[in-house]
Amino acid sequence: MRRAAVAWLLAATFLLPLVPLATWAVSGQWRYPDLLPRETSGRGLALLVDPNSDVLTGLTTSLLIGAVVTVLALAVGAPAGRALGLYTFPGKRVVQFVLLAPAIVPGLAVLLGIQVFLLRYGLADTVAGVVLVHLVPTVPYVTLLMTGAFANFDVGYEQQARVLGAGPLRTFWHVTLPALRPSLAVAGFFAFLVSWSEYVLTLLVGGGTVKTLPLLLFAYVRGADLTEAAAVGMLLVVPPLLLVALLSRQLSGSPGAMVGLGRL
Amino acid sequence: MTAAGPGAPAAGRRALRVPRWALILAQLSPALLVVGGLFAGGVGLGLAQSLGYLPFLGGWSWNLDAYRAVWADPAVRASFALTFRIAFLSTAAATVLGVSAALLVHRVGRFRSALTSVLSAPLPVPHIVGALCMLLLLSQSGLLSRVTRAAGLTETQAEFPALTADAFGWGIIAEYVWKESPFVAVVTLAALTGGVDDLVGAARTLGARPWQCFRHVVLPLISPSVAATSILVFAFTFGSYEVPFLLGRPFPAALPVVALQYYRDVDLAARPQAMALAVVISVLVAVLVAVYMALLGRLVRRAP
Repeated sequence: MRRAAVAWLLAATFLLPLVPLATWAVSGQWRYPDLLPRETSGRGLALLVDPNSDVLTGLTTSLLIGAVVTVLALAVGAPAGRALGLYTFPGKRVVQFVLLAPAIVPGLAVLLGIQVFLLRYGLADTVAGVVLVHLVPTVPYVTLLMTGAFANFDVGYEQQARVLGAGPLRTFWHVTLPALRPSLAVAGFFAFLVSWSEYVLTLLVGGGTVKTLPLLLFAYVRGADLTEAAAVGMLLVVPPLLLVALLSRQLSGSPGAMVGLGRL
Repeated sequence: MTAAGPGAPAAGRRALRVPRWALILAQLSPALLVVGGLFAGGVGLGLAQSLGYLPFLGGWSWNLDAYRAVWADPAVRASFALTFRIAFLSTAAATVLGVSAALLVHRVGRFRSALTSVLSAPLPVPHIVGALCMLLLLSQSGLLSRVTRAAGLTETQAEFPALTADAFGWGIIAEYVWKESPFVAVVTLAALTGGVDDLVGAARTLGARPWQCFRHVVLPLISPSVAATSILVFAFTFGSYEVPFLLGRPFPAALPVVALQYYRDVDLAARPQAMALAVVISVLVAVLVAVYMALLGRLVRRAP
């Protein structure tokens, strides 16, 4: 059983960096040589629910942007996944490349070129502009995951429903959607998490005014109070961890889903 | 006479049938418009601006001045060395660690799924939080420094090696390895579930040693997934901004950090140089991915 022990030790090592974060979030005073904080304090956690702080606004902004990005990325990416998963057509490889390249080429390098145009056409410093640029890293993953889902989808069910007299909308609602619901859940989960974690695209486009949680965390890290920074950090970490736990069954079934996780 | 065919009722009811190419085009166009438009637009306009096109400020004056200026800047040269070092070491370490962890976990019988869950805990953590974690763990007043002091290895903060805001980039590499090796591990584990055990069993029965099994059975089966994953890791660690910004120094800084320094310069003349760096980052990532894939294709073909 030495192998199991080594494996558990390794896994525990990967949890280690989260320990100081969680500890700092509830510590009052934790000076250098002390291994443990002198006193615990609810100061950091109180900041998270303080209506006068910017954290609640940041949380609302992040949730709003994340939700809109998720819906739009699914609406845009799933049809593309259907076309790529069900049909072969000339130029398919080019389309696949164009739709996947943004997943590999760094977003910052892409955004610098169009930032001045977003500024010019009034999209900079707006929530709409931030949502738009968040689609660039999210749509490729939705397309990728849904391409896989549609490749395993039998169009025969749709045809049967139509033959039996269902209209296109009813067919979509009662046949297509239920069959694809698990894949759509996983794809939507990624779109949300990518948007939730995004920093540099939000900074460039929403700069002064759209303050999502990652932007706030950046400001708190550069400030002096580590307790506050760690508390905001915990707020950013806990929802993704909960979502992963909730969706773990769907996630473990799909290798594509795991590839998505690595890009957060 | 032939109206009893299965497609006939639907076709009869709907006189107008949408041609297939129009259907495909309609399904693809939103994604191509949003992603292709922003992406191709960004790359193309970045390239134009790096070559002297100044939008809204009047004027095209095509030249390579920005590239010359960037090449002459010592900050950029130092940045190249740092960025390659970080990306290369992070990718190598994450790949080795991730694959080893996956092989280890795969052979643990009980609690394998629990172990996988613990191992994949860093996956959904945003990189910016990961950077904060490394700061709290590895800085000279961080938890590790306190542990070495308690163990009597160091006396003061200054005796603990500078792992964050250092010139080498240790903290940055540590963050990337922490976040990316679980990624490599879960992808490898997924590749290991597809009947690998049966093949290994067959090879063992035929008298193969453990190392031969690994070299000739396991490795060829997992290497395509591992290769694809490490390409993603390399591209990401090469072009990411927030981790080197928070854990590194202003000089030498990683390429994306330098690009943004140029971009935010009050002097607008630095804009084309920022664009030149953005183009260099995109091209380097594209070329490295291509070279790497070609090399690996040859390796994989030679292996069996």
